[in-house]
Amino acid sequence: MISEKIYKRIIATGGVLIVGLLLSIFFTLFINSMPSIKKFGFKFLINKTWDPVFGNFGALPFVLGTLLTSVVSLIISIPFSLSLSLFISEYYRDRFFSKIFEIFVEILAVIPSVIFGLWALFYLAPIVRNIQIKLSLPPTGVSILTASLVLSIMIIPYATSVGKEVIKLVPYDLKEAGFSFGATHYEVIRKVVFPYAKSGIFAGFLLSFGRAIGETMAVTMVIGNSNFLTFNIFHPANTISSLIANEFLEAVENIHISVLIELAFILFIITLIVNFIANFIIKKMRVSL
Amino acid sequence: MKVLKDRIFKLFVIFCSLTSILPLLFIFFTIFKKGITSINLEFFISLPKPPGEIGGGILNAIVGTMLLLFFSSLISIPLGIFLGIFLYEFRYEKIGWFCNILIDVLQGIPSIVIGIVIYLWIVKKMEHFSAISGAFALSLIFLPIIIKTTKETFEMIPFSLIESSLALGATYPRSVIKVLLPCAINGILSGILVGFGRIAGETAPLLFTAFGNPFLNFNILKPVSSLPHLIFTYTMSPYENWHRKAWGCSLVLILFIFILNFISKFRLKRWKVKF
Repeated sequence: MISEKIYKRIIATGGVLIVGLLLSIFFTLFINSMPSIKKFGFKFLINKTWDPVFGNFGALPFVLGTLLTSVVSLIISIPFSLSLSLFISEYYRDRFFSKIFEIFVEILAVIPSVIFGLWALFYLAPIVRNIQIKLSLPPTGVSILTASLVLSIMIIPYATSVGKEVIKLVPYDLKEAGFSFGATHYEVIRKVVFPYAKSGIFAGFLLSFGRAIGETMAVTMVIGNSNFLTFNIFHPANTISSLIANEFLEAVENIHISVLIELAFILFIITLIVNFIANFIIKKMRVSL
Repeated sequence: MKVLKDRIFKLFVIFCSLTSILPLLFIFFTIFKKGITSINLEFFISLPKPPGEIGGGILNAIVGTMLLLFFSSLISIPLGIFLGIFLYEFRYEKIGWFCNILIDVLQGIPSIVIGIVIYLWIVKKMEHFSAISGAFALSLIFLPIIIKTTKETFEMIPFSLIESSLALGATYPRSVIKVLLPCAINGILSGILVGFGRIAGETAPLLFTAFGNPFLNFNILKPVSSLPHLIFTYTMSPYENWHRKAWGCSLVLILFIFILNFISKFRLKRWKVKF
């Protein structure tokens, strides 16, 4: 039988593996985006033209598209995920209804994004098209709004699962003290529950924001794939991930591929930062998920 | 006034909670309604036909998904359990804490980025798309799930169990393998099932790796199709009967994922080690 020393040594190689894996992912992306970084530099981020034919690449439309889609989807989903967390862990805590809602939220988290995309393309896009017709805009159906709507449904579970745990952590005696002053349930939630749980709730939103930034399939199917800069949420656009999904296999020239890899690298860095902050807050609150 | 505000807020919360599950019910309803019409025996046992012809099935995608799941679990289950043990053993040390964060980072990487990384690592070297590269891409998503469940299950098991094994004269590594692992195996298994459900629905990393293939293929060095990838290509096609196929395929995929999650939940309750 192997001795303890050898065992420890074998197990310790796991650390080398994990660190090596992450480092090699990082450097693969970094080295392969080097040609693009060298050629375009920081101007890449503020250049708004995307012209593969003439080799003029700018990331602005896609960075903006990504931010716009995820921010809009986050704003749409906030009231719903907040309500769900309050419903599950405050109003109907440990009751039959909250169990059912918890199951629903879990189911929502396991549906593949490609199925969300399929559904959105055939059911959400016509609704958006009707709105566009009413506003006398080009009736494309696929737009930033369509993508944000489907994203907002998809990210509800992430914010809710964190939100419900931190709301459960609020001590009973604090809430009871509030009630004993004659406060209504609403006042207790506003003055006691929210201040106590706010950083955790914020972390939940950050998690779902990170999720929305990186989401590919559902967005690719309904965002319309237009490479022009736009601020109007009724226009088609492209996010970083949907652009990669559309163009990566069609790119022939090395610089085009390198630019797409640099975009992937940017996406990687953004999600890394967002997830890092969210996880840090959650770990600090000692929420068990 | 105060009471009214309270009532309104409660109604608002209930209303929003109810509306947020409406899309879910609606998605289910449409998938069942549209999917059930295209499902028959032929759907499961035949290959896709050109868009104009009636009939055809998704056999290539089912085989492809099975291949991808099999090979990615071959890669990531042993490795994941090993790395989970590593994180457990080093949980009080700096390196363990640091690797824990790295695993969180790995889990947070968007799946499309993983697709690109595996493309650069494997597909570019092999110079063609292959099932094995798809399996590697899925493994990178599968790994953190297994590592985390392994570590968390291990942490739930009381240390006295190992101590009693040590007291009987077993060496430490032997007690880990013979006592800790068998105790934790149920928890790990349920994590594996959940992970299966997760990677079975992943499309983005497969776009640049497994690529898709309209023919039946058992060779892991050649491209294969998969259920989510088939749904994607069929949805984006302009043909009416391919759209129907996409709905049917979604129904199959969603039922598969539900069964996996259901088993894991059900077993988790039965298997949960209580101390």
